[in-house]
Amino acid sequence: MPDKSNAKSMSIIVTKGSLDWAYPPFILSTTAAAMGLDVSMFFTFYGLALLKKDLKLQMTPLGNAAMEMPMMGGHMVLPNAMAMLPGVDAAATVMMKNLIKKKGVASIEELREAAVESEIKMIACQMTLDLFEYKREDLIEGHELGGAATYIDIATKSDINLFI
Amino acid sequence: MADAVLDAKGLNCPLPILKAKKALKDVPSGGTLEVLSTDPGSVADFEAFCRTTGNELLDSKSDGGVYTFLIKHTS
Repeated sequence: MPDKSNAKSMSIIVTKGSLDWAYPPFILSTTAAAMGLDVSMFFTFYGLALLKKDLKLQMTPLGNAAMEMPMMGGHMVLPNAMAMLPGVDAAATVMMKNLIKKKGVASIEELREAAVESEIKMIACQMTLDLFEYKREDLIEGHELGGAATYIDIATKSDINLFI
Repeated sequence: MADAVLDAKGLNCPLPILKAKKALKDVPSGGTLEVLSTDPGSVADFEAFCRTTGNELLDSKSDGGVYTFLIKHTS
């Protein structure tokens, strides 16, 4: 439970749902909660996938010129013409998950569990739910539903507002 | 001797902080928690954590790649 002696608060709009982009919002939200802030996360568009019970996070090197994977003492950058080939996303995902484990970085499942434990308010965007035909029962317990006005209301009262 | 010890060696950001926060809950007010970490980033992070939460960082030292923090639970 966040300690309420510190009255600061933070909100994050979560718009991306790939394995790599899932990290910044969950790292910042769980850390802020650990530092006593009241935290709200608003999951919209592709970010909504991060609330699904069954996380199947993938990532792609396609169009990501800054993605340099450590390999054999150097770094590997995949040209787009190769990154588009079948199987490359799956291989990049496996590679990233191995790195995450090896470097002692938390899994997204672990961070999301910590977010639930620290009572971070998680709001699922109703419009995205309708748009992508997700069902509420496919999302984790404890989420709330809301729209733009819900977020703006929270943002006006928050000390930190982030869009990721 | 600290009242509690947390071994966060091998863990990366933000796990040492998250686990320290959890461990502090079981330390009575005025008690101390010792955290061991191998994450160089945790040096700045434990300073920031204590500054924001009001807990007191009594000691921060480094020895052979292991960082040791002594935190007094004051909030």
